[in-house]
Amino acid sequence: MLEYLIRRLLQGTITLVAISIIVFGLASAYPGGIMNAYEENPDVTAEDYARLRAKYGLDEPVPMRYVRWLGSVLTGDWGNSFVSRRPVLQEIGDRLGNTLLLMGTALIVTLLIAIPLGVISALRQYSMVDTALTALAFAGNSLPVFWFGLLLIMVFSVWLGWFPGSGMTTLGKPFSIPDLLWHMVLPVTMLALVTAAGYMRYMRSAMLDVIGQDYMRTARSKGLTETQVNVRHGLRNALIPLVTLLAFEIPLLFGGALYTETIFAWPGMGRLFYERAVKGDMPVVMACVIIFSALTILAMFLADLAYTVLDPRIQLGKRKAA
Amino acid sequence: MTNPTLALPGAALLQPKPQSPSRIFWRRFTANWRAIVAAVVLGLIVLAVIFAPLLTPYERDAQNLRNRFQPPSAAHWMGTDDLGRDLFTRVLYAGRASLTVGGLSVLVSLIVGVTIGLVSGYFGGWVDSSLGRVTEIFLSVPRLFVLILLTVYLRLLDTPWAQPGTIGPIAVVIGLFAWMGMARLVRASTLEMREREFVTAAYGVGASSGRILLTHILPNVASPIIVAVSLGLAAAILTESGLSYLGLGVQLPTPTWGNMLSQTQTYLTTAPWLALFPGLMIFIVVLCINYLGDALRDALDPRTIVGKKG
Repeated sequence: MLEYLIRRLLQGTITLVAISIIVFGLASAYPGGIMNAYEENPDVTAEDYARLRAKYGLDEPVPMRYVRWLGSVLTGDWGNSFVSRRPVLQEIGDRLGNTLLLMGTALIVTLLIAIPLGVISALRQYSMVDTALTALAFAGNSLPVFWFGLLLIMVFSVWLGWFPGSGMTTLGKPFSIPDLLWHMVLPVTMLALVTAAGYMRYMRSAMLDVIGQDYMRTARSKGLTETQVNVRHGLRNALIPLVTLLAFEIPLLFGGALYTETIFAWPGMGRLFYERAVKGDMPVVMACVIIFSALTILAMFLADLAYTVLDPRIQLGKRKAA
Repeated sequence: MTNPTLALPGAALLQPKPQSPSRIFWRRFTANWRAIVAAVVLGLIVLAVIFAPLLTPYERDAQNLRNRFQPPSAAHWMGTDDLGRDLFTRVLYAGRASLTVGGLSVLVSLIVGVTIGLVSGYFGGWVDSSLGRVTEIFLSVPRLFVLILLTVYLRLLDTPWAQPGTIGPIAVVIGLFAWMGMARLVRASTLEMREREFVTAAYGVGASSGRILLTHILPNVASPIIVAVSLGLAAAILTESGLSYLGLGVQLPTPTWGNMLSQTQTYLTTAPWLALFPGLMIFIVVLCINYLGDALRDALDPRTIVGKKG
């Protein structure tokens, strides 16, 4: 067990290093960068320019620069943004919380919608309710997320005026929780409804798998009520595969958050990444990709762990790696 | 006088007539009314997009500044945009780029995914494990973020094949980040097929690995590939529209459903139809493809029962 965990951690680290090499390679191929500011400056002579290039280590070969960069990243120095000149970690620190707030809330809302609806769909397989929910799930899967966001703003912000269509707080008002929640309604809806469609389908099929199991019949023959059987014996087992799914859907959620933050002017990491990628702010871009990759790998690792805790039938290490 | 051979036709009647797989597929597929509706709607849209010049009197980029922001009317079915161009016309022409990018990028992911899947499933060992690592790296990368980064680079390139408005490079980039599911699927099926007698027999008569893979294994793993292609097409169209919405996908002057939406947020109060129709087209097309993919899955899977969806 311990051996397996160490092997998985090692694999995750190797993957992360590989990603960092690719990202660094890409970023160093970007024209300009830190030298951009000096190129147009008439006061900077060719000599100064060369001296500055040498000072920033830009004359060294890319592998050397990668090693140096990795070293400083590991010691907590992620460099400064080309755009704002602020430390990258500070830039991200300002935004990460907002993104996690948005994603976390959306995830909870997703589960609150998807689990009950998926279970109902499975328990009433082929009924009117199931057919309707299936159609809804198909629609949700086919919606372009950003367009759904535009529709939400059009209907609930422009026409009905119920919710604000941008930002986290009302400008000029002191910060308050109700105000924040009020601003969260539309972005969270946008992010949650689209992911809920997929989760609902998975929940339905997981529940259908469980319904046919022997222990369900045993539970029924013990004289438990239908609700007890379905919740205590059915739902609890059907939730296990959902854990893996959660881990694998995390990158998708990051992507959704990028669109949501862009459309609703939500000051999070997704929007930071998009704005800076367009401007070629490579230190911030690299940091964002590496942090998101690390979170993804960590989530997959935790899902593997959670799996063994939830389902004692699975023994780590004996399972063939997928 | 009795002829024993005469009894044979009667005996044959008792046995169910064996049906060819394509017949079974066709019977199952046409029994699914959603799939029929989806196929008809999708077919109509594709035809309309191809024959766009016959369906609309307007030019794709014809501006008419006196006619800006006209709401939908008999003359302009979907209204006009900020430059007075007919939105219906542009939506039709935009379909060309959107559907082509979708198709091309699925082709790319198909070629990469099937190759990697076949090779790693068939050869196993270190080939399999190293390709598995590569797949895992691609799966752990936040896809949209890397796509954004790469498309930022594409905009900087100044080569004949990457001028503003070309669709090739963007399609390739999307395809290169969408093959992982396909590779895993094909690998799993190949692992299964590798142990079958007909593969051993082919190996026994001295067939080369390439021949075994292409003529014996590939046709037998076709069903999951077909399903994955249809679902991949839906995903690719969504990805392209998202990137183009962010201003990073296909560039103007070529309209796509995605880039038509990109400036519309500012006009939500004054001209909501600008945001409505291009998005609706993406939604309808992707919905149809998803229904078709689902029907294909049911029709190609020998385990499913006709008329019941699991």
